[in-house]
Amino acid sequence: MQTGNAMPAASHVRSVTETQQAHLDEAERLMTVCNSCRYCEGLCAVFPAMEMRRAFGTGDLTYLANLCHNCGACNSDCQFAPPHEFNVNVPKVLAEVRNDSYARYVWPGFLAPMFHRNGLMVALIASLSVAAFFFGFAVWHDPDVLFGTHSGPGAFYRIMPHNTMVAIFGVAFLWSVLAVIISCVKFWRDIGEPSETLRDPRALAGGAHDAATLKYLDGGGVGCMNESDKPDDNRRLFHHLTFYGFMLCFAATAVGTVWHYALGRDAPYPWWDLPVVLGTLGGIGITIGPLGLLAAKFRRDPQLMDEGRKGMDVAFILMLFLTGLTGLALLVLRATPLMGTMLALHLGFVLGFFVTMPYGKFMHGIFRGLALVRYAAEKRRHLG
Amino acid sequence: MEMPVNFDHPYDVLVVGGGNAALCAAIAARRAGARVAILEKAPRFYRGGNTRHTRNMRCAHDTATETLSGPYTEEEFFDDLMRVTQGQTNQPLARMMIRKSKDMLNWITEQGVRFQPSLGGTLSLGRTNSFFLGGGRSMLNALYRTAEKLGVHITYEAEVTDIEMDGSRFVAAQVKTPDVTRRLAARSLVAAAGGFEANIEWLKEGWGDIADNFLIRGTPYNRGTLLRTLIAKGMKQIGDPTQCHAVAIDARAPKFDGGIITRLDCVVFGIVVNNRCERFYDEGEDIWPKRYAIWGRLVASQPDQIAYIIFDAPSLELFMPSLFPPVTGGTIEELAAKLQLDPAALRTTVETFNAAVQPGEFNDKILDGCHTEGLTPPKTNWARQIRTGPFYAYPVRPGITFTYLGVEVDEEARVQLATGGAAENIWAAGEIMAGNVLGRGYAAGIGMTIGSVFGRLAGEGASHYANR
Repeated sequence: MQTGNAMPAASHVRSVTETQQAHLDEAERLMTVCNSCRYCEGLCAVFPAMEMRRAFGTGDLTYLANLCHNCGACNSDCQFAPPHEFNVNVPKVLAEVRNDSYARYVWPGFLAPMFHRNGLMVALIASLSVAAFFFGFAVWHDPDVLFGTHSGPGAFYRIMPHNTMVAIFGVAFLWSVLAVIISCVKFWRDIGEPSETLRDPRALAGGAHDAATLKYLDGGGVGCMNESDKPDDNRRLFHHLTFYGFMLCFAATAVGTVWHYALGRDAPYPWWDLPVVLGTLGGIGITIGPLGLLAAKFRRDPQLMDEGRKGMDVAFILMLFLTGLTGLALLVLRATPLMGTMLALHLGFVLGFFVTMPYGKFMHGIFRGLALVRYAAEKRRHLG
Repeated sequence: MEMPVNFDHPYDVLVVGGGNAALCAAIAARRAGARVAILEKAPRFYRGGNTRHTRNMRCAHDTATETLSGPYTEEEFFDDLMRVTQGQTNQPLARMMIRKSKDMLNWITEQGVRFQPSLGGTLSLGRTNSFFLGGGRSMLNALYRTAEKLGVHITYEAEVTDIEMDGSRFVAAQVKTPDVTRRLAARSLVAAAGGFEANIEWLKEGWGDIADNFLIRGTPYNRGTLLRTLIAKGMKQIGDPTQCHAVAIDARAPKFDGGIITRLDCVVFGIVVNNRCERFYDEGEDIWPKRYAIWGRLVASQPDQIAYIIFDAPSLELFMPSLFPPVTGGTIEELAAKLQLDPAALRTTVETFNAAVQPGEFNDKILDGCHTEGLTPPKTNWARQIRTGPFYAYPVRPGITFTYLGVEVDEEARVQLATGGAAENIWAAGEIMAGNVLGRGYAAGIGMTIGSVFGRLAGEGASHYANR
């Protein structure tokens, strides 16, 4: 026997569209079914978090949806999964609620339609961004410079002055960081978690650990369910490659910034130098990882996914892949006449990536991380 | 690699059924070197009979483990079995099963099944029962993966409708598939096709027409076709047709396959009345895990086979949530009207009960001794007045889990003949022979123990026979 734990309902519920409400209603129905069963509680964090509640408001469902890593194990373990008349499909319905949440908390709010046809929007922005760099380079330079061979420190900056680069990317990056932070604030308020949790080092450490290891993308120990009910661990592997590849690229940029401003050393750096080593390894990660994720996505049982918004996933994966691929190509071709072209391509994709961060699948990592921090906190509260 | 059964070649061992017992038999037979075919009547999703709905198995163990909170000796297991069956068990067979259950936790883990500590809301089983990580379907999927990897051939939607015998020797099965009826010969047969709980007509033979009001908690595919065939072919029947595992489940559940989520754990917190608003049994006799399995039969003996659990607001969150919300009323009369009960009669029953409740310290975690005085039947624990609205009710009906009538087996799981002695090459495991161990009553997780232990025995026996 157990006593109920009445979590306060979310007090900042934002306007919810009809479709979003339908997804929330279905998620609420499922959580009621699942909470009466509980067979899946050993698989991941979603079900133990569910067991801490008896009623499921919008905030609760949004939290649970973002806690779900879509490993698919609960679907193949469920005695009530379709075609059973109870039609319990937790991975798919939580994916729908999760994808809805990115649009619901977007800042500024009028950009929510960015999520309607996200694949198309991201592709458009990326194309515009790449085109803008080509156009910009072409307008500012003679063909001799653009298609010339440059080498040594400052070679890139003969194509695009460092300060211009910093201004464009700095503004784009700061805007995106601001938008992501405001979305997070909206998300955090809606799920009803006090802000103190974000200052609790144990919760932060717990959430960071679970995110960094993708603890819950393993189907409770055997791996994800992908094409069938036979598990494998490939998605976790490819996700690790992608995530750590991304972090290495980020680190490369950070180190490069230090080299530039603190040591006064201009890019391009030799291949053995830290920014290049980090960037190369990271580039390999975000090239191979996304390819694996993309292949898995197209082979995966559609029953497990929010099929209608596959475009968003694909766009994000391709953006990472193209960023990585053009980065590696730039490294290989930087001493040839193609350097200017590759620089335009690479900077175009990087800018497109930055600009679309708050308006696409990138947000999954941020909300998932926050959900894991909250889970770490409430697990401890619940266990006393 | 999923390989279907090849009907053109005889197999060493034919396993009929697709649940825990059948898979344990098939895996054990295959590991012993036999060519094995599984014929499962259900389509792939519904494979595995009631195993899909299970969540744990009861095995004896001498020490605590990572997932079991303490030791559970063979003696204690045997005592529990004797108590729940009131001695109606084949004692040597039961002792053998309990002895072999100790090794079963290791063996089943080797077949890919994973365990976890007891589920939320089931703490009282944490020492005795091993819970499957991901539940019964997860366990089943693991067994199927192992069987497929070992090269067991499996065909779904294949029902054995008759068997060909030569004296006491099984020769071949007649198999109905969606397209055509075929014949499959094998050197030995393992009958692991479940009980007949989904066959309402057969239930009526024991219970009469009231069986029309029963709900079937599990698979709609357990219709007892093979059991009936075996009995018709001269195998010895064992058990009473009315004995089964039956609990009181939400009356709003579907006729079949509602599973665990329609169970209600709130009987001990209220009163239970029939449709005449009369109480009929002590709701607080013992802790719920020890009493839940008697309420199916209790409700079955009430008019129209329906009853209502009535409780008030302070009890609402003391028990595991279930699929349907309770029926709610601001007053007892309003609640009665929604249940189509006589409001005055329900009011009288509640007031009479309230007046009989003695002062005491309510505690839902223990036998708290809060009881009634001068009330028939009494409520001996957790009796507190029902007086704080809103008032709640769950309508309940008998929910049949599985039946106990089956074929008799010996300690090697060999099926016995009505005329004496064992059939030459027929073994049985699971629900189809559960009545050998369970004459009546139930203790959580024993069904899976019966399936695994006898399944493994049957598979090994059938394999040795085929390759003798």
